[in-house]
Amino acid sequence: MIALRHVSKRFGDHIALDDISLTVEPGRTHVLLGTSGSGKSTILRIVLGLVRPDAGDVSVDTDGAAGPPTQHIGYVVQEGALYPHLTAARNVVLPARAAGWTAERQTARLDELATLMELPPDLLRRFPHELSGGQQQRVSLMRALMLDPPILLLDEPLGALDPITRASLQEHLVRIFTELRKTVVLVTHDVREAFVFGAVITLLSRGRIVQQGTLADLAQRPADPFVSEFLSAQAPPLAMTRDLQR
Amino acid sequence: MLGLLLTAATTGAELSALRVGSKSFTESYILAEIVAQIIDETGEARAERRLGLGGTGLAWAALASGAIDVYPEYTGTIAQAILKDPSLTSLDAMSARLRARGVVVSAALGFDNTYALAVRRDEAARRGLRTIGDLARHPDLRAAFDAGFLERADGWPGLQRHYGLRFADVRTMEHALTYPALAAGRVDVIDVFSTDGQLARLDLVLLVDDRHFFPDYTAVLLARRELAEQYPRTWAALQQRLGARLDNAAMSRLNALTDLEHRSFADAAATFLGRTSGPTSGHRGGELAKLTLEHLQLVAVSLTAAIVLGMPLGIVAARRRRLAQAELMGVGVIQTIPALALLSFMIPLFGIGQVPALVALSLYALLPIVRTTHAGIGSLDPRLTEMATVMGLRGWRRLAWIELPLASVTIMAGIKTAAVVTVGTATLAAFIGGGGYGTLIVTGLALNDVSTILAGAIPAAVMALVIHAAFEALDRLVVPRALRAAASAVD
Repeated sequence: MIALRHVSKRFGDHIALDDISLTVEPGRTHVLLGTSGSGKSTILRIVLGLVRPDAGDVSVDTDGAAGPPTQHIGYVVQEGALYPHLTAARNVVLPARAAGWTAERQTARLDELATLMELPPDLLRRFPHELSGGQQQRVSLMRALMLDPPILLLDEPLGALDPITRASLQEHLVRIFTELRKTVVLVTHDVREAFVFGAVITLLSRGRIVQQGTLADLAQRPADPFVSEFLSAQAPPLAMTRDLQR
Repeated sequence: MLGLLLTAATTGAELSALRVGSKSFTESYILAEIVAQIIDETGEARAERRLGLGGTGLAWAALASGAIDVYPEYTGTIAQAILKDPSLTSLDAMSARLRARGVVVSAALGFDNTYALAVRRDEAARRGLRTIGDLARHPDLRAAFDAGFLERADGWPGLQRHYGLRFADVRTMEHALTYPALAAGRVDVIDVFSTDGQLARLDLVLLVDDRHFFPDYTAVLLARRELAEQYPRTWAALQQRLGARLDNAAMSRLNALTDLEHRSFADAAATFLGRTSGPTSGHRGGELAKLTLEHLQLVAVSLTAAIVLGMPLGIVAARRRRLAQAELMGVGVIQTIPALALLSFMIPLFGIGQVPALVALSLYALLPIVRTTHAGIGSLDPRLTEMATVMGLRGWRRLAWIELPLASVTIMAGIKTAAVVTVGTATLAAFIGGGGYGTLIVTGLALNDVSTILAGAIPAAVMALVIHAAFEALDRLVVPRALRAAASAVD
């Protein structure tokens, strides 16, 4: 559904992406894994159209759905990017307002999403700074889902959260993504997170793809010493260790 | 006479207006008042006063461009400062040149208000000062001169060369303030006009111009040719009742009536015309209400114009880096233009009165508004603006829903600043006949009357405070509640 072919991008002297080719299958979760500065976020921004590649091409297949590309892709970032002058509810419905939905339709969808994200309605009347980090990220995701886009791009969405909130939100999201059958691209530098979410992983280092495959592929058949280094640098959970040893 | 007055009163609404100008010193005000009252009496037209124009430059520009129809002037000034030909000494020669510019000169009014240098009598006795030439022997003297005198070719620069003068200190000071400074011994030599009212009160010696540097400053009226052609009775009346009727002594007495006895200019004019009091013996309260309204209008209209023009300029600057540089520099340069210069540039385009004042004030209010709009929108969190792009928010919606609300705290700060500053700057409107509290300040300066100055300055300060409070209240309406709350929240 999303395909990058031989994409390259540099910002001044810095090579952000070097000959990147990858495909994201519809309805699957694809994880972009790597250290800071490895180019993961740049790939998302190219898919969104915020950045134009110097070389190569990008295609996003929206199954023939009508409307501008921004209506087919939901975007969530680490800091939430919620508008401080709007309540959580008004933040969530913003894409729908921009698309010209009626107030009733907006409210109906808002309620749907509130149920999905398990957020009580009175919370939505608060302003972002009155919500906890976890609540803010849920609101952010609701906004991304407002127009029910087939594709979701998430850039380290849980990076700013404490471990407990992070873990619980991870599980929640996995359920949602499966239930809604979304095509998801998730950027993270956390191997454990990749394990929880991802079927397919693309490991990046300094703008280049080092290896693509499942976590088991990367663990058992590393294409480069960097891969093993990266995986072992973070203490893996027991379940993962068992999985890798199979 | 009574019949004429009644006619003038009943047909006042249909009479066209003749605009009478004056510069901003006592004698000019009084002569203009006399002219205005004669015009009203004659009944061919109705006099509209545009008094207190800030200097020869502004007054001549106003006459030449047709913004006023008549004002009192002096032959020396006409030759040196207006026609810029010091070789012209006869009224006939000047008259011919002026005619070519559409201006006619009246007959001489009868007095000669020349520049003179004055010293204290005791100082003159001590140092043996009788002529200007004597000053050359005393380079330790300190002088204070009016700004006009300091800069005119027929003023200090020429005088200094002609007599070889050198003083220990030469500073510029508002004309009315030089008298008390001289009396208090803070300065030793000042420039005076030979018909100044204050000369009667202080014991001063006018030094003789033995080498004949100063040209004649015979008082005349300058008028547009159309006035003489279309209102012949009025022009004849002016010539007849003013021509050769005012000698130096008479003019000094009239000046003293206002400077020393604190009568109004209108009253002094009426005295000359043989009446007991002037037509406008207005209540101070009523006058203050009128000035308050005028001042408020000046501020409100120019501030609105500056917002309407400045915010879009600021938004454009925030969007285009290259344009931003040019824009901000342009608006910054406008700020550096001295106010009186900017006002005189306005005259050929907009005449005198409220309109050029409004244009100048709007231009001055631009800088804080453009800057803070540009800064407010340009410094928004890029992640927030990026998210707006991702959500498909562009153009007006992006501005209205996202960027302006987020930048509102900064932008309102700029508007508040512009508002308060404009209240102060609006006092300058008086120099171009634009009304407002400045009128009292300018008159007070001409009369050296502190209470009149304060009568204008204090209401202006009060208005600035009130406007500031009003905008603080407006903040509550305009700035999103959450941004105010977030700014003061303690997590």
